[in-house]
Amino acid sequence: MQIARPDYDRMFGALADATRRDIVRRAIEGNEGVAELADHYPMSFAAVQKHIAILERAHLITKERIGRRKVVRTNLEGLLVARSLLDRYQELWQGRIDRMAELVTDTKEKDQ
Amino acid sequence: MTITSVQKDTEALSMTLAAEFDAPTERVWQLWDDPRQLERWWGPPTYPATVTSHDLHPGGRVEYHMTGPEGDQSKGYWEILEAEPPHRLVFNDGFANDDGTPNTDLPLNSARVTIEDIGGRRTRMSIESIFPSAEAMEQVLAMGMEEGLKEAVGQIDAILAEDTARSR
Repeated sequence: MQIARPDYDRMFGALADATRRDIVRRAIEGNEGVAELADHYPMSFAAVQKHIAILERAHLITKERIGRRKVVRTNLEGLLVARSLLDRYQELWQGRIDRMAELVTDTKEKDQ
Repeated sequence: MTITSVQKDTEALSMTLAAEFDAPTERVWQLWDDPRQLERWWGPPTYPATVTSHDLHPGGRVEYHMTGPEGDQSKGYWEILEAEPPHRLVFNDGFANDDGTPNTDLPLNSARVTIEDIGGRRTRMSIESIFPSAEAMEQVLAMGMEEGLKEAVGQIDAILAEDTARSR
């Protein structure tokens, strides 16, 4: 299996912000629109909109039309992917293996 | 790229990762066998590991702690099940309490490391990591998340900067 690194990074990046994690949590119920969500945070509407766009690009939330309203809903599947331990675990080992590779390269350079 | 393959089996709760190094088998074994080398790769740069005890023989233990940016420490240990230098190492990897005793509330996962010569002074290393239960995975996830997020901050900033640039 190949590592789908860009998507993983994007998802992980989107979740690395407390406001965005909070938006994901609130949007699980999926009954608030962008304006209603924005009311929860001490920041401008535009700033919240930006956070929502980042989450949308990371496939962590979707915008859905319900009647005349547009609500923000968490993509639970996306969230599970982002939270998957195996992914995190892989990341952990990737870091370790990169450091291992650096170490063996270091010694080789010294040998020469 | 060093990593050549990653296989994840969600049902069996295992992950197998293979990597190739441009170094002889003995050199790769040293990364595990020499505690000073182990310290340089086990923990992420922001959580460096200090190995306080190191005995890579069946029944032996490796004890270490990791120190975070705030000076916070977390302790861990390995229980060595099999060790055949320079080819094979099997161990349980667990968390420890502040006094160094195994923390039995937190999951233990087992790792099987295989190191083989693939010719031309190159070595393939594979690591199979198995979790005892989905709950154990969740616990490790809950513990690792914050640390992982802190660790990724630099990388994330770059990704977000790219996002912003692209959306303009």
